[in-house]
Amino acid sequence: MVRPLRHGTESVAMDRGNMWLWLAAVLVYAFLYIPLFIVVAYSFNDSRLNAEWVGFTLSWYKALFTNTEMLTAARNSLIIALSASFSATVLGTMAGLAIHRYKLKVLPILVFTPVAMPEILLGVSLLLFFLQVLNLTLGMVSIIIAHTTFCIGFVAIIVRARLQGMDESIFEAARDLGASSWQTFRLVTLPLIMPAVVAGALMSFTLSIDDFVITFFTKGVGEPILPIQIYTMIKVAVTPEVNAISTLLMLLTLGMIILAARLEARAPSGGSVPSSGKEAG
Amino acid sequence: MALLEIRNVTRRFGSYTAVNNVSITVAAGEFFTLLGPSGCGKTTLLRMIAGFDLPDSGQILLDGKDMVGTPPEKRPVHTVFQTYALFPHMTVADNIAFPLKMAGKRPGEIRTKVENALGSVRLSNFGNRFPHELSGGQKQRVAFARGLVNRPRLLLLDEPLGALDAKLREEMQIELINLQKEMGVTFVFVTHAQNEALALSHRIAVMNHGNVEQIDEPSKIYGFPINRFVADFIGKISIISAQVVEAAPSHLKLHVPELGEILTIGKEGVKAGDQGALAIRPEQVRITHPSEEQRLKNHFLGKVHDFLYVGDVTTYIVEISNGAYIEALLPNSSPGRAKFFEAGDMVGVSWRHDAGIFLND
Repeated sequence: MVRPLRHGTESVAMDRGNMWLWLAAVLVYAFLYIPLFIVVAYSFNDSRLNAEWVGFTLSWYKALFTNTEMLTAARNSLIIALSASFSATVLGTMAGLAIHRYKLKVLPILVFTPVAMPEILLGVSLLLFFLQVLNLTLGMVSIIIAHTTFCIGFVAIIVRARLQGMDESIFEAARDLGASSWQTFRLVTLPLIMPAVVAGALMSFTLSIDDFVITFFTKGVGEPILPIQIYTMIKVAVTPEVNAISTLLMLLTLGMIILAARLEARAPSGGSVPSSGKEAG
Repeated sequence: MALLEIRNVTRRFGSYTAVNNVSITVAAGEFFTLLGPSGCGKTTLLRMIAGFDLPDSGQILLDGKDMVGTPPEKRPVHTVFQTYALFPHMTVADNIAFPLKMAGKRPGEIRTKVENALGSVRLSNFGNRFPHELSGGQKQRVAFARGLVNRPRLLLLDEPLGALDAKLREEMQIELINLQKEMGVTFVFVTHAQNEALALSHRIAVMNHGNVEQIDEPSKIYGFPINRFVADFIGKISIISAQVVEAAPSHLKLHVPELGEILTIGKEGVKAGDQGALAIRPEQVRITHPSEEQRLKNHFLGKVHDFLYVGDVTTYIVEISNGAYIEALLPNSSPGRAKFFEAGDMVGVSWRHDAGIFLND
């Protein structure tokens, strides 16, 4: 026999509550995703104007792949994103390990501050630093350094979060069983934090490839960079080419995010501490 | 020759002295236990032997060689951690192979040794499993196998049975004794569980506040505790303040204000006039009906204050005078008579003239 779970009135009240909740959720998601959807839709629209749907076409993508300036910008952005995410991952992982191991209070502040810093401030200060202190000609190198700077903090946060959940005696056990500190890192620590390292790398890549503000300040006059290039194009009009390149960029970013999320979720936990807790003897 | 020699080791954390001028010698093949309440310094001492921590002063010698300055990976000492500390990303076989790989053994040799180690802890078919697929007891056995596979000179065990339930713990205790016997590896075992220490060890060092209070065989630690702390920490014991009236090598005559004279076993260094206490184990105290004739020299009348029935035995707390209590243990050998006495009953308590021990203040 199935018994009713709730009384009628209560159930109506709950349904009404649920309805509002659903409505709010739908509105929020609509607000977030409709603009993106429009960009994607118009990138396939057979019309120069972003006004009405005329018909399906791939010509804007074809145009994009013959636009040499756009292709150069995309190539530059990829080089920057790959280099910056690589160096940020190496340095950020080291920073995360250091913050975890040495309980210096100032260390996390130093590493995490650039994450919270307004980008415009970071952009200006890096520009001044490159020009007046390093005497560097602005270009690819300066952009890579700038992007590395703001990505380190993100990688460090993710790596440290993973280390925090782990049983410290695993690393001691490795040393105890005859591994040098380097072997311990290579054979135990790194495999265990690998999901966080990869997630950090993917995150750095997506942050770097679409960064506008800091890139704008540190790019100089030479090479075209993708986000800046897009901005330059829409200064005239939002053309379907912009929609097309935005769609591709969106796809790339989305792929990265999904990959990063999956890696974090699938990773085996780093050893559990029995519930009894450790007796300090 | 001593395998492990700890000489006057002191370790301070700020103004707190965790280990205070401790000296311990452990012989090869011994099962040695560091026993004490949490915070007594036993784990700190263990970590210094392993090399995770360094003494502020003193020496730790292994086979006569000073280990201070040798990093953990270079010491022929392995540790079994309380949390097992198995590598979660490696299979059971790879976990056990780890110390052999680090020692640079050949793959063929590693394979045979891992197989033997798995067999010795009855996990032969578990080599391909990951640690998270094992039960607590199985993880524990993998940790033992990993610690022993490369035959360290010394195996340190940091409360390894602490996370197991009571029944499993007893099984593992027996397994641990057998493993130690088979492998002939010297064990230094850390625990706060006194029954575990008594059951497993050849010798025990009882620690308190960073000091070693007594080092002896389990039966000596239990039967002849050196002071009130050891007496109280190991097992159950009744402690009654007393003064020595007469001291002979074979016996002591004590005066207890509330009870009068009591005889106890003689003890070196005790002289007439010494203040202290009589300590007596519950199982040494006979409890009888008050009408029964008392054949033992130490006998008193008392009133049952409370009792604790735990199945095999019942512990009675008997008030023998105002504010002086003594515990007596009665085995429940006839199931029909689970209870002999009730709270409030008058009873006779007595013990042999060589039972109990005098503890100096």
